[in-house]
Amino acid sequence: MHNSSRRGFMGKAFGAVAGVGAVGSLIAMKKTWDPLPSVKAAGFTTLDMTIYPEGELITEKWRGKPIFVLKKTAAMIAKQTESQKARDVVVGDSHFMLAIGLCTHLGCIPSYNAAEESFLCACHGGMFNWAGEVTKVPPPRAFDIPPFKIEGTKLVLGEVGPEYKAMKDSGITL
Amino acid sequence: MAHFTKATSVKDWLNQRLAVEKVEKVMASEYWIPKNINFLWAMGMVLAITFALLLVSGIFLLMYYQPDVKDAFYSVNYTIMRDVDYGWLWRHVHGVAASVVFLIIYIHMFTGIYYGSYKKGREMIWISGMLLFVTFSAEAFSGYMLPWGQMSYWAGMVITNIFSLGGLHLDGLVEWIRGDYVPAQAFLTRFFMLHVLLLPLAIMGLIGLHFAALRIPHVNNQDGEEIDFDAESKKYLAGDKAGSKVMRFANDFMSKDLMVVGIYLIFFFYLVFFNYGFALDPVNFDPADGLKTPAHIYPEWYFLWSYEILRPFSVNIGLIAFGFAQVIFMLLPWLDRSPNAIPASRRGAFSIWFWLLLIDMIVLTAMGKLPPEGIFSTIGLVAALAFIVLWIALPFITMNEKKV
Amino acid sequence: MKNKEPLILVVVVAFTLLTYWLVEPYAHSVMHKHVESQNFAYADLAPVTKTGDAANGKALVMGAGACTGCHSITKDGVAAGMDAVTAAQSYGVNPPDLSNAGVVYDAKFLADLIKNPAHALKVEHKFDAAKGQMHPMVPFFGAGGDMEQEVADMVAYLQSIAVKADELTPRMAFEEACGRCHSMKYENWTQLGTKPEFKFEKESLAYDIKVLEYQEALTKYMGKLPPDLSMYIRSRNEHFLSTFIEDPQAHLAGTAMPRTGVTADAAHKVIEHMADAGDTKRHERESVGKMVMIYIIIFAIFALLWKKQVWRDLH
Repeated sequence: MHNSSRRGFMGKAFGAVAGVGAVGSLIAMKKTWDPLPSVKAAGFTTLDMTIYPEGELITEKWRGKPIFVLKKTAAMIAKQTESQKARDVVVGDSHFMLAIGLCTHLGCIPSYNAAEESFLCACHGGMFNWAGEVTKVPPPRAFDIPPFKIEGTKLVLGEVGPEYKAMKDSGITL
Repeated sequence: MAHFTKATSVKDWLNQRLAVEKVEKVMASEYWIPKNINFLWAMGMVLAITFALLLVSGIFLLMYYQPDVKDAFYSVNYTIMRDVDYGWLWRHVHGVAASVVFLIIYIHMFTGIYYGSYKKGREMIWISGMLLFVTFSAEAFSGYMLPWGQMSYWAGMVITNIFSLGGLHLDGLVEWIRGDYVPAQAFLTRFFMLHVLLLPLAIMGLIGLHFAALRIPHVNNQDGEEIDFDAESKKYLAGDKAGSKVMRFANDFMSKDLMVVGIYLIFFFYLVFFNYGFALDPVNFDPADGLKTPAHIYPEWYFLWSYEILRPFSVNIGLIAFGFAQVIFMLLPWLDRSPNAIPASRRGAFSIWFWLLLIDMIVLTAMGKLPPEGIFSTIGLVAALAFIVLWIALPFITMNEKKV
Repeated sequence: MKNKEPLILVVVVAFTLLTYWLVEPYAHSVMHKHVESQNFAYADLAPVTKTGDAANGKALVMGAGACTGCHSITKDGVAAGMDAVTAAQSYGVNPPDLSNAGVVYDAKFLADLIKNPAHALKVEHKFDAAKGQMHPMVPFFGAGGDMEQEVADMVAYLQSIAVKADELTPRMAFEEACGRCHSMKYENWTQLGTKPEFKFEKESLAYDIKVLEYQEALTKYMGKLPPDLSMYIRSRNEHFLSTFIEDPQAHLAGTAMPRTGVTADAAHKVIEHMADAGDTKRHERESVGKMVMIYIIIFAIFALLWKKQVWRDLH
């Protein structure tokens, strides 16, 4: 710019001070965009694990997503493989398949066939067994497990307990 | 196909396509501004900054506001004020800026009146400016509806009732404007549309017109001196910056502009954080109740003078006086019969007219807020009549003014 | 060329301040009458001269005083006789639990209330004994001994079971003194208590219906539903609220709202809670405000310095 009024040092200094204000404003704007505290606080659901009947898939809700709770039958518990045992959620004397009820392929909700003890996702034909593992592609991995914490006979979705942490660390769930 | 050469630099590439250097010269470095001005000349920039504050704070309020009669109040006073991080900040900035902008508009307007910056080629600046005043008023009114508090509802009720035009009983028109028998859901959403989309677009277009109207006549100066911008700018460019009567818009004028803006922002942010009651009126913190009128209703301060012209008269006369008051400022360039575009201090009777008008508008403003009883309503009536008389007298006062 | 800027600035500032003063402080002083605070002295009530015996007070409250016939005292194992909705439908209001009455209410007030409820509450215009309009709370006519001593004993008992003043939180003070009549939506407070989280919508709606039934009974008793207080800290100011709580009749003669008889400390905490509900971010506003003021002054100084540098060769 052929502006003969020298911008010089003061101009740059003033620009820098204005920049600080702009950055401060941008930080406040970013925080305004953040999920609301009331939304984050609502991100915890407590389940009473004593009410579930065996072998029946019950769908709960957590953070707007469906949560599969399947209380395992004695037969299921007996035939658990090692990998299935690692996914097992034990509350007291009961064993559960606990999962986010969304197909890991592209997010549709698979439906449960109690007679065949398997899940079928209508969108692209993916299938999962009663333990949540993939039995037919295209889903790339087993059902994701939501963060959970066991408190007596209750289970709190959204909080991280030692059992969940172990599952996460060993790569059973993302 | 126009002729393009291989670009020698990024600036050259842009110049060939967008003439950026020419634009920069016309709008900034060779836009010549008289040196003989005072800080009042910075009010335009102050308004631009305040409008920007309104736009930005408005954007963040818009993310969380719900234009539903059941949720509006809660979305503002709970979600935005309590839940959203810094939501309270955007609300306070928006409310205070909406009120302070009118203080600056009035200072800006009266500066124009005082220095005669509405005549001798500057009529379009004045007209576009008055249109901006009208659109800003509509914007402020529509915005005030949105929190759906008691004042929102009852101001909406009263102002739309004006359109029944007194003795004409145009109740159908009033219902059509509202979209319902009373201010309700339809009313809220259409004023939301006006406030968020239509009026801001109109304002931005009018600001463009306002700047365009200023470019050719150039900015006025404290003495109303007719400056030869070509000669003076040549002096400046030849190196005689001190001797020239003009300076560049950027960075000469702009640096003083921004200094005034800096001082203004100190005052502005003090109000935002520590003294905002004048803008965030307590009555509007009661949710709207169509079955209960508050003990004291009043418009925002910047509408009070206008409101007070309506009040003292019977309904039809009041409406005529009110209509007169809205339009009369627009006609100033033609009501002022003197060709002198000089400061009022050198215009004899016009100077008296100016100060009387200013004081009269302050009296009207005060009376508009006070309960219309006893001495207050008498003073209000006198002030309203004075307003009308002053404007009718203007052509007569100015037509005998000695030409300078 | 004389520099007219200082004069211009003075003129602009003077007219602005004049307009501000006329439109704000002056106009508001004309519109709203000023009521002096008495600092909750309750000068119209007789002082409690006797030293109360809490043990005897308990015996009276549970026995001859007949208080527990209507009032629960959960701290001392007395449950409510009926649920809040039925109580409201029977008496007009739900008789409050007395566990913390001793710390929330002034001793002089409690003493007078026990002997003459309509007088202490300043609702004699509504409940005129001469006209046979009895206040739902039955006055205590004495248990055979020195009534002043008996009343002092009962007050002493209530004070003994209540929490200490510094344990009384703003929320507790509000819920105790105001919450039976006033909801506070923004704190999820209904006249029946804080609304719980319900898993099923049916249960949530059932709770809402109970609240509405309670409010119906309350409206019938009061004449009009006491307003939700969520935003009252901003729609009315602190001074108004304090003087109103102290004596509703001073601001709204003839109102059905009783004098609450709270102590100065409890009143202060009630207002604090109202501020927590309706002006939640006030502390953040102050602290961010200070930082922004410091910043903007620095900004203005740098703008000034830049202007001076640019204009050095323009003058």
